[in-house]
Formats: sequence, structure tokens, C-alpha cells
Amino acid sequence: MRPDDVAFLTGLVAEKSGLALSADKVALMESRLMPVARRRGLKGPRELVAAIRGRPSDALIRDVTEAMTVDDTAFFRDTAPFALFRDVVLPQLLERRAATRAFRIWCAAAATGQEPYSLAMILKEAADSLTGWRHEIVATDVSAGMLAKARAGVYSQFEVQRGLPVQMLMTYFTKRDALWEIDPALRAMVRFREFDLRHGLRPLGRFDVVFCRNVLIYFDDETKGRVLNEIRSLMPDDGVLFLGQSETVHGISDGFTPLPDQRGVFRPADGPAPGSPASS
Amino acid sequence: MTSCLVVDPSKVARTVACRFLQALQIETTEAADGGEALAVCEATMPDSVLLDWTPPATDGMAFLTALRRLPGGDRPRVLMCSSRTDPDHIRQAMEAGADEYIMKPFDSEVIRSKFAQVGLL
Repeated sequence: MRPDDVAFLTGLVAEKSGLALSADKVALMESRLMPVARRRGLKGPRELVAAIRGRPSDALIRDVTEAMTVDDTAFFRDTAPFALFRDVVLPQLLERRAATRAFRIWCAAAATGQEPYSLAMILKEAADSLTGWRHEIVATDVSAGMLAKARAGVYSQFEVQRGLPVQMLMTYFTKRDALWEIDPALRAMVRFREFDLRHGLRPLGRFDVVFCRNVLIYFDDETKGRVLNEIRSLMPDDGVLFLGQSETVHGISDGFTPLPDQRGVFRPADGPAPGSPASS
Repeated sequence: MTSCLVVDPSKVARTVACRFLQALQIETTEAADGGEALAVCEATMPDSVLLDWTPPATDGMAFLTALRRLPGGDRPRVLMCSSRTDPDHIRQAMEAGADEYIMKPFDSEVIRSKFAQVGLL
């Protein structure tokens, strides 16, 4: 983006949200705006800025402001997917995997670790019903830098106040100087691995639950379709796929069908309907 | 509209907090100390209180105890905020009846997240 694009955007965000974005965060702004542009069939952030200048619509301005201000790395981000995992998906796994007492979860875009650690906290809170079970959370990301931070499990005061209830902060984190470090027992529940989704998923093995949120938006439709079909093939028929809240498989992959009344949650299209008896 | 009483001895701190809250469509009133805050609550009980507690400068804890004894005083969600960030201090606030705890300094996203946490967004 050109400096005047950046100035225009920071002005817009300041006006709409009261937030002052620093103009030196151009790369961050661009990475946040790319998915918004793509969703509207635009090439990139510059075209998006041109579109707002040309014909500003409330919806477009809201999307742009939200993308630039909502933190990408909150614990329990979007709340609803984690509530669904805790209240529906996990109890179903306990019932359907009672014979093997094992399940695996994959976070496909783990970034700085908030998503896998949120899932680890949910499993920890359900520890009583998981006695004797083997479970694994595999957390991958394409960025080695992000993963290093995720592995360390050390977060700033701002980071631990995004999405994390204070009771959980008290239970699962230890304060070290100005930073907060996650309980080593939680860290041990997650296996981190550097991985590019575009290079074939087979080496990762099979997963009962896949969180692949807000990452496919960076890919073109062909790559998106290929990755979704590969996810389907590494999942049992009763698996669950979590995409971002505004993501869809429609027109991209026929391997999945949305769960009713849930945003961004899918099951294999040829799998059993929710509530039906477990498949073998 | 959801309402929030912002209690902080610093006028600047109150103004910043109110601006963040108003951006979330939360109606704000202000009080500079616990006594003033209690008078506000006796007149009209707010849905929430953003309560500074940075000893010894403020009497946040005394206000919280008095608030919870008022008729209807168990209803407001109380979010304690303080530049004290040690776990013992946080635990003490929660045991005294706070619903959430915000470590200062905070930004608008922390405010949004914590108000969502206590079910007001």
C-alpha cells in the first residue's frame, strides 16, 4: 500500500472505532486486509482501499475496520466454536471412541498458540471424564517464528486478557516478571510442528477434529478445494471441521456439509447426520 | 442499553474507559471515589461497574463490599481494574465478589473481551 492508502485507512479506523493504528504496521494491516479483499473478489489491499474511496458502503467499511482492529490471536476466539467443542463435540467423542479411548485434534493454523492451548484447557477441565484416554493436539503453522512463541507458551498482559477468563488465567498460568507462562502440563498436551498446508497433509496422520480457521482465505479456490478434500480424507466419517466464522465450503469442496445452526462448522458430507447412531 | 458506572480517581482514566465503552454501545456514568459511586448505585443500579482498585489510592474494595449489600447490589457485573497484576491481588478481588479483573493498562480490545466474558456483549 502507498503511504496515502495507509493514512486513509488509519484515519478511517480512528473515525469508526476510536483506535489509533500505528502507520508502521503496514505489513500487519495488509495481511489483515487480504482476506477481506479476496472475499470481495478484489486483488489485494490497494484495490480494497480504492473500492472504499470510490464507493464507500457501510458493510465494506465495517468489514475493513473489524479486520484491522479485532485481534487475531485471542484465546477462545469467537467463543461459539469452543463452546460447541466443549458441550457437543467432546461428549460425542467420549461416546463414539469409548472402545479405543483415543482421539486426535489438529489446529491447522496455530499461530502463537492461543487456539491449541484453549482446547488443552477445555480438555483439562474435562480431565475427570478423560481418565485413561489418550488424546493429542497437533498444532501446526507455516511460520517458524509464530511456532517458537507458541511452544514457549509465554504471553503478554494484553494477550492473556483477550478471550481468557480471569479464573482460567489464575488456574493455568504463572506470572513471570511482566509475562504470563502457561502450565507445563498444558504445554505437554500440544505437539507443535512447522507445516505448510499446501504440501500434502498425509504425514500428519488421522484426526477426529480439525480446526482450520481463517487460513484457507489466503489461498485461491483450487488450493482451498484441494486442502479441504485432503482434510476430509484424513478424517473418520463422524469427524468435525471448524473453519472461520465467515468461511464456507460452498462451491469449493463437496466433501463437507455445514452443521445446522452453527457458523463455520462442518461434517463430512457422506458421514452420519448429527444425532444419528455412531458409525463404525 | 447496557449501562456501566466507571469508578476511578483519575479523570483521564475515566475518560479513556468511557470512550472505549461508548464505542461498544454501553452507556456510561462516572464517579471519582467509592462514596460517590455508592450514591450513584443507590439512585440507579447500573448493569456493570468498572472499578479501579489500586491501593492505597482508592477504596474500591470497600465500595464492592458495600455495593453487594445494597438491595439489588448483587446484580451488577463488577469488573475490577488495577495496575496491580500479582495473582494474590487478583484472587483477593475475585474473592471479594468481582466478576472479572482487568490489568492496567488496557486497550479497547481488552475491554471488549472482558465485557463479553461477563455476558454484557
